[in-house]
Amino acid sequence: MAEPYVELKSVSKYFGSVVALKDVSFDVRPGEVHCLLGDNGAGKSTLIKTLSGVYTPDEGEIRVQGKPARFASPADTRNSGIATVYQDLALVPLMSVARNFFLGREPMRKFGPIRQFDTEFANRTAYDELAAMGIQLRDPEQPVGTLSGGERQCLAIARAVYFGAKVLILDEPTSALGVHQASVVLKLIVQSKARGIGVIFISHNVHHAYVVGDRFTLLKRGKSTGTYAKTEIDRDQLLNLMAGGKELVDLEQELTKAAKSTPT
Amino acid sequence: MTAELRDERVRSVSRLSRLLSRPELGAAAGTVLVFVFFAITAGNTGLFSAKGIINFLEVSAQLGILAAPVALLMIAGEFDLSVGSMIGFAGILIAIPSVFWGWPIWLSLLFCFAVCGGIGALNGLAVVRTGLPSFIVTLGSLFMLRGLTLGLTRGISGRTQVSGVHELALNDPLNSLFSGQVFSGPIAWLSDIGLIGKRADGLPSISGIPVSIIWWIVLTLACTWLLTRSRFGNWIFAAGGEANAARNLGVPVARTKITLFVMTAMAAALFAAIQVLVTGSADTLRGTQKEFEAIIAVVIGGTLLTGGYGSAIGAMFGALIFGVVQMGIFYTGIDTDWFKLFMGAMMVIAVLFNSYVRNRAMRSR
Repeated sequence: MAEPYVELKSVSKYFGSVVALKDVSFDVRPGEVHCLLGDNGAGKSTLIKTLSGVYTPDEGEIRVQGKPARFASPADTRNSGIATVYQDLALVPLMSVARNFFLGREPMRKFGPIRQFDTEFANRTAYDELAAMGIQLRDPEQPVGTLSGGERQCLAIARAVYFGAKVLILDEPTSALGVHQASVVLKLIVQSKARGIGVIFISHNVHHAYVVGDRFTLLKRGKSTGTYAKTEIDRDQLLNLMAGGKELVDLEQELTKAAKSTPT
Repeated sequence: MTAELRDERVRSVSRLSRLLSRPELGAAAGTVLVFVFFAITAGNTGLFSAKGIINFLEVSAQLGILAAPVALLMIAGEFDLSVGSMIGFAGILIAIPSVFWGWPIWLSLLFCFAVCGGIGALNGLAVVRTGLPSFIVTLGSLFMLRGLTLGLTRGISGRTQVSGVHELALNDPLNSLFSGQVFSGPIAWLSDIGLIGKRADGLPSISGIPVSIIWWIVLTLACTWLLTRSRFGNWIFAAGGEANAARNLGVPVARTKITLFVMTAMAAALFAAIQVLVTGSADTLRGTQKEFEAIIAVVIGGTLLTGGYGSAIGAMFGALIFGVVQMGIFYTGIDTDWFKLFMGAMMVIAVLFNSYVRNRAMRSR
């Protein structure tokens, strides 16, 4: 099995008296989708931010390609091939798809002493890269605001892949999407995996995660409840592990009791 | 075959919607309307004679010089309400050193541009550092600069007006950059072949193109290039459209905004330099309300008040409309008191039209 590209070893993170992460280990290998599951407040965000260089861990270490790494900033992390696609996607709705694709990393072309934005290259590349991901653009100059939620997600992912991401951290990429749009994004995740990219897929939707995931790690109250390969666990077990199972049964019992005790 | 057909259909739709989503569209249409209106009502009054055209172009040019950089700043999501007061202050910075301290004009000009650029940078820094709305920060600068202008001028000269710059500027190397006319040769030739009328004494009715008009065109083209073809332009749109996203992608949003505040301040200095050298005097009240006129021109030109969308060419049309209406009302003999009513209404209509166009563009999927 391939070596993990990035690895967290027994990482803990505290905010004052709050234990956000305790002794969590997590890794992702090239060409796999590792799902990070957990309810709100389980520590998913802290884990992502630790992985993407926003926070430095208080205990434990981060390894990139087997070597201990210390991220000074998110830009630093990006340079080592780890790209995070946050929920806000870092897109500007009124700007064109192509300009968004190259925002902050504009391709320039020289005309004598003048350097200007290479519109043609930007349009062509954005169009081709999205086409390769299965998104057929009407026009690379259309504003991002005219794209659907799923298409925007795909644009953000395609951009990260184009600029050399080895590991993609996707923060709840399907949570705000309808069924069809979500399936487009899930397909894109599988495609990125086929290109040899390691994907960390954060979700609280077990159904989405189970379709594309190779391994699953569950976080609960800042602790990892274990990592399972797809062969070791089925969907229902996963659902039960995630808050859903027991708590829903309890809720159901409570509701039936309440219904019985209320005189009709 | 069918695929090709479908492709073609999609393309023609997108070309139309692309045209309809141009920010300049409203202003260009408005310009045509205003021209048609005055061609009918003032067609034979001389508004559209060579002299009349130069007259309204000069009014437009002055405003347009301000409007182009103001458009860029507004696209980046910020206001600069201090440009009007900056004009008054800049005029004094040119006149007082030359008239009272004996500085050569060129040195006063450099001094004025440097100081104004510095104040612009301070405006920008204050906005970026404090995170306060630029509307409030530059509203403060508007009052502070006007007060400073009045205080300094009265303190040094005892009056509110400084004249006598003409005589000092006559042989200055920089004088012709800001005052006077160009292309008098071609104009004379056009007059000889009968395209431009002659005065009673046989000279052409206009002797050349005022340099302010050249400045206006050059600045507009430069700002348009910056906006649409340079890396900086991409940053301007991003800073105004979604500053957080831009920052996350490594765009220097703060630096972009500060640079734009310096540009608007320098444009005000340029405005003042032209005004002082053409009229030969500076006055503490110069430039009053120019900040609003510039915003009107920019908004008529299709730039969104909320930033992220707009154009410098649009601002040029906005300034052109402003000049034509102002001079047109004068030529048609309508009481000029009505001018502001007209411009205000025009701006509100332009905003309604532009937001309609933009919503249409964003919905066209």
